[in-house]
Amino acid sequence: MEPHYSLFYVFHFYLFGVIALASAVTFVTRKNPVTAALWLVNTMFSLAALYVMLDAQFIGVMQVLVYAGAIMVVFLFVVMLLNLGHPSELADVRGTGWKLAAGLVGLGLLSEIMVIIRTKLPQQLLVPPDFNEQQLQKLNAVGMIAEPLFRDYLLAFELTSVLLLVAITGAVVLGRGRAAGAR
Amino acid sequence: MLAESLGLTAALFIIGVIGVLIHRNAIIIFMCVELMLTAVNLTFVAFSRFYGTAGQVFVVFVMTVSAAEAAVGLAIIISIFRHQQSVDLKNINLLRG
Repeated sequence: MEPHYSLFYVFHFYLFGVIALASAVTFVTRKNPVTAALWLVNTMFSLAALYVMLDAQFIGVMQVLVYAGAIMVVFLFVVMLLNLGHPSELADVRGTGWKLAAGLVGLGLLSEIMVIIRTKLPQQLLVPPDFNEQQLQKLNAVGMIAEPLFRDYLLAFELTSVLLLVAITGAVVLGRGRAAGAR
Repeated sequence: MLAESLGLTAALFIIGVIGVLIHRNAIIIFMCVELMLTAVNLTFVAFSRFYGTAGQVFVVFVMTVSAAEAAVGLAIIISIFRHQQSVDLKNINLLRG
């Protein structure tokens, strides 16, 4: 079963959850890409806090470094490169029909939340409540991930590196453009 | 905290889907896709809290794939911008019948 949580823990869990949700809503209603990106960074940061509260310290750090750091900087860099943000580009949101469709999809998925929250999870797969602390002491915060990553999932790890190589090559080929290719 | 995490995940994912549907700016749509990927990561982390730590390995993979996706996607957006002088999806209808 779920262990008992202190009021301090529960309060901060809800606090960061509400911050993440509010920033996501603000993000999705912005029309300026730069403002939207900064709100998305806020969401990523509060999600990193939630990861740390859920005993995934290394993932929390990765979230800040990779998502909030690298990926969002790339987005802002592209916005800067394309010189977007003049008034004609800001008329961005689609018409009423699309908004209606988005609302319907949202309602459909909202009903899924209800199902997900009420679902019965398999009790026999649960690890003992102090399992994570034991793992954390036996290995450490990084070893907890590195151990299965380099043993059980080694093939997937190697394939991911091939995927990254393909992505980098594709990005260079696409980004170089036709004019540079002709030379 | 599992139910709360799953609810938050679903809510963030829905916000991402709605963003993809209502926006026309390709860059903002890409950011909405990133939001959806991050929301799914929260599910993995929440489950790994109660069902063993292997779920965190999947988060690493999802992060790698989303980084690769961002690199290729933004390169595509840049090359579209070279052709159209715009990243508005309204102007990108080459394949429309």
